[in-house]
Amino acid sequence: MDTEKFNYKINKKAKKVAKAIWVFNWFNSCGFIEILPVVGSRWDMERFGLIPVASPRQADCLIIAGYQTIKSIKRAKLIYEQMASPKTVIALGSCSKTGGMYWDSYNTIKKLEDYLPVDLYIPGCPPRPEAIFDGIHKLVQKISLSD
Amino acid sequence: MSNLILKFAMMLVVIFGSVILGLLFKGIDRILNAKIQKRVGPPIWQPFYDLKKLMIKESIIPRKAVKWIFELSPLVSLAASILILFYIPIAGKSILGNSGDLILIIYLFIFPGLSLVLGAFSSNSPYTNLGGQRLVINMLGYEFPLAIVCLVPVWLIHQNGFANIFSLSTIYAHNIWGLVDPIGIIGLLIEVMVIFIIIAGELSKTPFDIEAADSEIAGGALAEYSGRNLAMFYIAEAVKTIAFGSLFIALFFPWNIEAFFGIKILIYLLKLLAVIFIGLTIVRTMTSRFKISRLTRVYWVYISLFAFTGFLFILL
Repeated sequence: MDTEKFNYKINKKAKKVAKAIWVFNWFNSCGFIEILPVVGSRWDMERFGLIPVASPRQADCLIIAGYQTIKSIKRAKLIYEQMASPKTVIALGSCSKTGGMYWDSYNTIKKLEDYLPVDLYIPGCPPRPEAIFDGIHKLVQKISLSD
Repeated sequence: MSNLILKFAMMLVVIFGSVILGLLFKGIDRILNAKIQKRVGPPIWQPFYDLKKLMIKESIIPRKAVKWIFELSPLVSLAASILILFYIPIAGKSILGNSGDLILIIYLFIFPGLSLVLGAFSSNSPYTNLGGQRLVINMLGYEFPLAIVCLVPVWLIHQNGFANIFSLSTIYAHNIWGLVDPIGIIGLLIEVMVIFIIIAGELSKTPFDIEAADSEIAGGALAEYSGRNLAMFYIAEAVKTIAFGSLFIALFFPWNIEAFFGIKILIYLLKLLAVIFIGLTIVRTMTSRFKISRLTRVYWVYISLFAFTGFLFILL
């Protein structure tokens, strides 16, 4: 199969995934507080087909908020391995990108992409709900326009 | 022979129609749920999008699972849900006609849940084991009040001296609201309320969703399912909603109008929409989950006593 045809098929698949993204949340920091209203009635993520699910097996998108400690990154990896492909990872907040205010801590992870294949960073301390929607929109664009 | 082919064609229509209708009603239910909570809600085709996505996802089978039960149980669940619809009269006609009766249908309603329990136990995860056990408790609970409610039309028809009392076509042919006195109508209203509560239990929705408690046991019985197998359970649940609504309509609201078949179907759809809106959407939006220790008491004491009270009103 030539690459163009293959990419077309992948894009077609990606568009199907993009309309119904089921999200698994892995939070052990303050990012959780800011993403809660996204589920609630004001920002209402269900109108874009996003649902929080409880089991990583059913999830398409793993949202990791904030810093990860050396212990919790093991669990995050385990969750990522349990997810069914195609799967994506979104990192929320400044801590997951640079270490944030824990930049000189002895037991936190400074850069998440050293441990997991992060598709998208949403910076902010913590990011606003609008930023999360914008990020997911960009993720969908990235998947469906990739070649 | 041509009769057989016609029956086969009608079966195909019911299979595809019930799947599409179930998913459509699921979408409507989600939109109405969102409107009650002052949200915008998903588009009406959202369940179809979900299903499309689930079909292309990878289907993981856990290494320690009992593979053949794990793969077979979604199929059994879906097949049993569709099989129920062959026996229930839809807009006055059932495909298999007089071959099944009410008792068979009540037993068939156990099958989708039971296959889910088997799938949960076979997937060999602590969460699914817990979910399966809780689902069994839930099923034990709603069976008893459901049996009382289903006996009411049967008893009324027996009292008025008709033959074939357990046959659904007999029940469908008689309007039971005309067979009771004014006190009996209060009793029938009580039974209708009971069955509106039981719909949520039958479909494991809030307040009876202890088996799928997302925040406690990670999705419960379905925790290990993904991809194609999950999609089958997703369809099975949608079809089961239609089947249970149709049973309820056949038992309590068989108001027939002698008209063109299309109009009959339209009236049936409107009735189904009303039943799903009151019994599923409003109940699941208004309430929160029962504690697991209280669930059996709620079913066997409160709801059953309520149903018995209604039955006494009818007996008077």
